[in-house]
This record gives sequence, C-alpha cells and structure tokens, in this order.
Amino acid sequence: MTDKLIIGGEDLTSRLLTGTGKFAKQEIIPETIEAAGSEVITMALRRVNFDSPTENVINYIPDSCRLLPNTSGARTAEEAVRIAKIAREAGCGNWVKIEVISDQKYLLPDNQETIKATEMLAADGFVVLPYVSPDLMVAKKLQEAGAAAVMPLGAPIGSNRGLKTKELIRILIEEIELPIIVDAGIGRPSEAAEAMEMGADAVLVNTAIATANDPVVMGQAFAQAVKAGRSAYLSGLGRTKEQADASSPLTGFLEG
Amino acid sequence: MSFYQEYLNYQNIDFKSFFKNVKDRDIKTILNKDKLAIKDFLALLSPKASNYLEEMAQQAHQLTVQNFGKIVTLYAPLYLANYCVNHCSYCGFKSNNNIERNKLSLAEIKKEAEAIANLGIKNLLILTGESRQHSPISYLKKAITVLKEYFPSLAIEIYPLKTEEYQELIAAGVDSLTIYQEVYDQNIYDQVHLKGPKRDYRFRLNAPERGCKAGMRSVNIGALLGLNNWRQESFLTGLHAKYLQDNYLGTKINLSVPRLRPQKSGFKPNSKITDQNLVQIILAMRIFLPRIGINLSTREAADLRDHLLPLGITKMSAQSSTAVGGYANSNHTKQFAISDQRKVSQIREMLINQGYQPVFKDWQRI
Repeated sequence: MTDKLIIGGEDLTSRLLTGTGKFAKQEIIPETIEAAGSEVITMALRRVNFDSPTENVINYIPDSCRLLPNTSGARTAEEAVRIAKIAREAGCGNWVKIEVISDQKYLLPDNQETIKATEMLAADGFVVLPYVSPDLMVAKKLQEAGAAAVMPLGAPIGSNRGLKTKELIRILIEEIELPIIVDAGIGRPSEAAEAMEMGADAVLVNTAIATANDPVVMGQAFAQAVKAGRSAYLSGLGRTKEQADASSPLTGFLEG
Repeated sequence: MSFYQEYLNYQNIDFKSFFKNVKDRDIKTILNKDKLAIKDFLALLSPKASNYLEEMAQQAHQLTVQNFGKIVTLYAPLYLANYCVNHCSYCGFKSNNNIERNKLSLAEIKKEAEAIANLGIKNLLILTGESRQHSPISYLKKAITVLKEYFPSLAIEIYPLKTEEYQELIAAGVDSLTIYQEVYDQNIYDQVHLKGPKRDYRFRLNAPERGCKAGMRSVNIGALLGLNNWRQESFLTGLHAKYLQDNYLGTKINLSVPRLRPQKSGFKPNSKITDQNLVQIILAMRIFLPRIGINLSTREAADLRDHLLPLGITKMSAQSSTAVGGYANSNHTKQFAISDQRKVSQIREMLINQGYQPVFKDWQRI
C-alpha cells in the first residue's frame, strides 16, 4: 500500500487518531488502541499523573504509538505554549495538538489564539496540529504559521452530533495543502466514513469510542469505517444526483 | 449588572402556585427537550417531578457520561485555621463557640501536605475561617508557596475577597475558588448570620463573580441545604451557576449540594432534605446545566455517595478531615462531622468497581 498519511515528515498507515480521555477504565486503553489500529494517540497533559505508575495514562499507550499531548485547559496562546513545553520537557516528544479553549460551555476553540500558539510552537520546532473551528482564512494562516496539519471540528467536542460543519470542512480539503484531520463531534462510524469519503485525510475520535459500552469493539468499528471511507474516496465516488437520468433529454435531438 | 439583579427578579416568584400548576405532561415534555428554559428547571424541582426520578436519572446519567465520561476527580480539604470572627448560627467554628482555635505554622502545613500527598491526592482545597487578623492574605500566600510544591492544583474556600486579592492568590499558585452563599434567601441570610463581616450578603453573593473576573480556572458555588426550602435554594443556585457560566465562558463552573451536618453549634435545620430530595436536586441541575461540574463531599454517607455517583457527580472528596491539621495530627475539633470515612484507596477502589475512572490529577500548574 502506498496510501500513506504524512504528518511532520512521518509516514502513518492508520488514518484514525484516538484519545485517552473519558475512558471508564484506563486498563482498557491498550486493547482499544490495538483494535482501532491507531498510531497517534492524544492525551491531555493536565491529566498526566507522572508520579503514579498506575494512574499515568502514558503507561497505557503502546510504545509503538506516537504521543500527541494536547493543551487542554489552555485559555490563551501563551498558556498553550507553556503546556506544550512542559509536555516536551516531560519526555512526551515534540508533537502537540493545540487546544485553546476559553469557552467552558460549548468547548469551542479560540481560532485567533490558536494561530498565535501555532506560530510560536512551530518556530520552536514542534510538530503542531491545531484544533480549530473550520474557517478557510484561519486554515491558510495556520499553514503559513507552520502547522503540520489542520484539525477542524465536525461538531462541538463530545457532542456526538456528527459532521455538522461538512461544507466548511469540504472547502478546507479543497484549498489547504496540509492534511485535514476532522476532530471532534464524530459520534458514529458512519460519520467517520462520511468524512473520509469526502477526502479528509484522517479523523480523530475519542468520546464515541471511550464512552461506548464496549470501547474495543467500537474502536474496531471506527477503524473499519475509516478504511472503507478512504477506499471509497481513492476509488473515485460517483456524483450524487437528485433525479434519475433520462437519456439525453436536452441534446437527444442531435442524434436524430 | 451582577447576579444580585437576577436574584431580585426571581426571589418573589410564587413558588407554591408555580409548583401547583406543574402537570405530568409538562415534565414529559421537558424531558424530551434538548435545552431547558429556566421555568423548565424549576418544574424539575417541583413535587410533581419527584414522580419522574428514574426517567430524570437516565437522562442525567447519559448527559454526564457524554460530557465528562465515566470519570470522577478526587480532592481533599485541608483546614489551615479555624479562627473566625463571624457568628453563623449553623457553624461549628462560629466565633462564640468555645472551641480550641488553631492555625497551622508553615512547618505544620508542610507536614500536612506530605501526609495528604502520600495518599495520592493532587487536588487540594485549603480552608480557613474568616479572620483577616489570624489568616490574612499574606499568611495564605506563604501557605500556598509551601503547598504548591506538593499539589498541581490548589483551590481555596475562605472568606470572600476583593478581585485584586483573588488575583494575588492566583499569582501565588491558586487556580480554583469555592465559596457557598449558604442561603440565597436574603431574609434568612440575615437571620442566620448574626455577627461579623459575613453579614454583608451582596459582598458574598458577588464573590464567585469576582473570582471569575480575577481569572480563576474553576469556581464552585452552592447553598447549604437545610437553611431554607430546598426547592427555592436549589433553583437560585442553578440560576447563579448559569449566570456565571453564561458571563464567564473561560471559567469552569461547579456546584455542590451540601446538606447541613451535625456540628458543635447544635443548630437544627429549618428544612429537612431527604435522600430523595437530594437526588432530585442533582438530577434537575444536571439536566438544566449539562456541562456543570457537580461536587459531592464526604458529608454524605458512603452508601448514598456510591448511589449518587452515576446521577451526575464529577468530583468527590476523599478521606477528608474537617479539623485544623487533621491529617498529621487528628486530635482537634472538627467544623462538622463527616459521614463517609473511607480512605482514599477505598474510594478509588469503589470507583473502579462501579466502572468509573478515579482522576487524581486534573491540572498542571503552568
């Protein structure tokens, strides 16, 4: 297979990124990641309990995975930068998912602060994956700022509402050269497949997997959906039409 | 504009006649809504809604899991001092109670910190009585300097401060504020707060908002259940939480549902809150405010806490001591008797057995 996703110069086979939040039991995380086949795993630095081997979520992430610490809790660019640096110093690598959220009600990202944080962290050698509300101009600025990918939300975090921002994400897919990873809002495998069919480069799914009755099986279901959606995209989906086609109703006379 | 204006708008509602008019079909309609109006919230606090606790519980549980996951954050309280100039008729630490008064020295604070940190606790709530003479800001700042070496998150539950004073404590290392109005009904507030600066109702009422303005990451409010009719108090607490949530998007708003506990004052509650009532309060709050944090302390019995957990609880205290310096040295008078005596390790085990992840660390000081 040559269909690779390249982020920060690294080749990835899996197009399903997962997270570590909201799991009822951390012990189930390794099996879930394996079932999902994910290679990139995000975790909130604020929750990482470095002092306790049994609580430390990093101990539940397989060594083969790339850690993607996120800046959950940051309300400004400066705070996101500080959290990213703490994560790097703590040995979590130089990848970072920027979350700047100063809205505790809907958990919507602050795009402007996210651009600022992206600039600062990219200049400092981080592989930066910013989480944003889908907006073309913002995505262009993130590209200029040195982001390694753009992560637009499908719907608010944890809402399981699906691809509500589909049309805006479609524009990002068309116009932005960076990988577009749909993050947040995806509640069902069919919605992950929909994002992939549309041409998204990857999806990040956490709540829907972590809060499923059986996260392992749900992880597997998402993996299958992501693969199916990607294959459909690569094989060239037909355009959808509202009506059945009569044979050349407007130009048939030319053949007469 | 402050919450006081909203309080004035709502304080004169005729609760009795509103509740009398709540019909079964109203509750059913409300439970099918995506987003509740204020009067829907009040209807969920009605006697009629108590016939729908199971339906409400199903919804509250589902909303909690969706918004927070099956996760409970654990914390412990540390009483630094119990000197107090207020005379609150319901409190074990009130100024005219003849109890031993203490204040921890910095060396004692360090000992307590070590004892608590050894339990695995990372979120610490520090408390004092109201005495600017014995527990001034300067003392708190020194205490915080010691404590922040042990705890990545520090909350305060102390006398109400001015915005600049909250900012000072944030700069010193505090990130969260807990302050209960005790009772929203201003007349009852005046009756039970007999002496001291706490008699200033509005200064206390606006303290959570000043905390938000100062930049607290998390603000926790509540009414002390038992001082007034619980339906009315819960309604006003919910409105206060919503007001803060709507106006200070950057601050995580939490609420507590503390019931009066036996304490040295001998105060008898004005209103009895049954377990069923407590359940209804938690459910109505969760359904009205799906993203609010709900905190359940060791005031409640172990068995009841275990059952309340899936209804909407996101935060619990563990192995609490309500005496000054109660971890390294346990001989002092307690502010109130705690009910759930389990150790941190037992609470942790209970959560895991119930299918919940205990979270010890939820913030990283930056």
